[in-house]
Amino acid sequence: MENHKPTFYEEVRGNGVSRRDFLKFCTTMAAFLGLEASGVAQIAKALQSKPRLPVIWFHFQECTCCSESFIRASHPIVANIVLDKISLDYQETLMAASGVQAEDAYKAVMAKYPGEYIVMVEGSIPTENEAYCCIGGRSALQILQEAVKNCKAVVAWGNCASAGCVQAASPNPTGAKPVHKVISGKPVINVQGCPPIADVMAGVVVHLLTFDRIPQLDGLNRPKAFYSRRVHDTCYRRANFDAGLFVESFDDEGAKRGYCLYKMGCKGPVTYNSCGIIKWNDSVSYPIQSGHPCIGCSEAGFWDNGPFYQHLPGVAGFGVETTADKIGVGLGVATAVGIAGHAIVTNIRKHKEIINEPAEGSKVETTKE
Amino acid sequence: MRSRSTNLREVHVWEMPVRVYHWINALCITTLCITGYIIGNPPAFMKGTEAYFNFWFGTVRFVHFISAFLFFFNFIFRIYWGFTGNEFSRWNNFIPLKRSQWKEIIDVIKVDVLQVTNKQIDSIGHNSLASLVYFITFLIFLLQCLTGFGMYGAMSNAFLPRLFAWVVPFLGGDMNVRQIHHLLMWGFILFALIHIYLVFYHDYIERRGVTSSMIGGWKFIEEDVVERHDKQAEENQKG
Repeated sequence: MENHKPTFYEEVRGNGVSRRDFLKFCTTMAAFLGLEASGVAQIAKALQSKPRLPVIWFHFQECTCCSESFIRASHPIVANIVLDKISLDYQETLMAASGVQAEDAYKAVMAKYPGEYIVMVEGSIPTENEAYCCIGGRSALQILQEAVKNCKAVVAWGNCASAGCVQAASPNPTGAKPVHKVISGKPVINVQGCPPIADVMAGVVVHLLTFDRIPQLDGLNRPKAFYSRRVHDTCYRRANFDAGLFVESFDDEGAKRGYCLYKMGCKGPVTYNSCGIIKWNDSVSYPIQSGHPCIGCSEAGFWDNGPFYQHLPGVAGFGVETTADKIGVGLGVATAVGIAGHAIVTNIRKHKEIINEPAEGSKVETTKE
Repeated sequence: MRSRSTNLREVHVWEMPVRVYHWINALCITTLCITGYIIGNPPAFMKGTEAYFNFWFGTVRFVHFISAFLFFFNFIFRIYWGFTGNEFSRWNNFIPLKRSQWKEIIDVIKVDVLQVTNKQIDSIGHNSLASLVYFITFLIFLLQCLTGFGMYGAMSNAFLPRLFAWVVPFLGGDMNVRQIHHLLMWGFILFALIHIYLVFYHDYIERRGVTSSMIGGWKFIEEDVVERHDKQAEENQKG
């Protein structure tokens, strides 16, 4: 019994999930991951044959919304995956153990599965003073660096762990840094969003389990399957954008008709996520569908690129709500004034040259008739 | 009738490819600034209609993208021409590496910007200050191409835009890229304002026909300036 590591399939069957539901889950995941039809079988095979994935899940400077998102996943098995089926050996929010037992649990994982376990992180890591975030008397940085030493890969859940989110927003008092900035030598998967979509989180876990390697990532280390397209390019209101139909205030005719929220500050055009496709809460809706502009929560620095209800971000150093356009117009006016001044001075100082009289020292012959 | 006879020589300064480049560039920049501004700040002049009747905003974006491709290839051509064109269009005009260029920059500031002295500027093509400013605009061209194609790359599978896929992660995300692209647009507008004013200014003061030189290619240059230029060129060949 000691050596038997139950597979995922055994676990869910034991929990009363039918084989039919299990296969449905595999199919859903394959679709989310963008796999071909044979991918379903690969996922099913992996989940039936491979032992559970040992996972250590840390919470650092964060609000736990990633965990909250996860436990609201659309498919019941999705929640099961992390909550008890991928051997969540250590998860501060959800584990029963506390104190010494909790500490022992994650140390046991590190000792038992070197090179096999996955470190999942919610939250950013303070670097200004490490003591801003301590668990069991040790700083977040120490805990993380020790844990990643022998891990297989790191999954950074949400914007905090991927880009620092609100804690790293200016002026960033704790010197908050995302995971990939404080560790090195291990692959980091940034599962962006504030929080990430539950099905996206499940998809990443299933991918790790099925293929034993990290999914294909984009330039910012986000899984391409979920973050390769802009919210804007997958938005059901996109036709209104191309037609030039825009909402101008939240209670106007356009808002009622579901026009594009571009002018209300929608960050869909600069945000890469699956909100327009997978949607939220059992695929019920997503912000834009509910009439609210996207705030760009899966992009680095989205707090500093506000205000949320303004299309162009304010320019740092020029005060609130000073956009590039205001600065541009200001410079334009200054230039026009400069030009006018220069033109006046030219007509006074270069009078002689203009009326054809030879300037001092030049040998211009003039004839006047 | 007022007239005067002066000792002027006609000099072929701007070759045909340079002139064609200039006007394509002017056209592209005008189009890109107007469409770009509309894209950043679209007028919501339509109400109470449905999306399937219209595509005007899509068309504006399409025009922007087409102009951007034209602008990009035109820019590449100009760089190429900087290595094969005549002495006035050569790359080394634009980067002030020589002492004489810096000296002329200071002279131009004194003579034409501050107007505190009155001296003849010897350059027949661009003066050294103008060249330096053009070099800066070339850098802005480059940045604008990088950020523009960087944003475009995400919705394209074509080879050229994909070459710029690294720009977005490099600058930390689309939000920053868009902001830079938008700020630089104002750089083009300010440049155009000053550029057009200065063409008027130089034509008015120097009467070398600088405005029409970008159409016909020829400038009227004072005889002594041409002689000094030829002598210098001869020396350079010997040395």
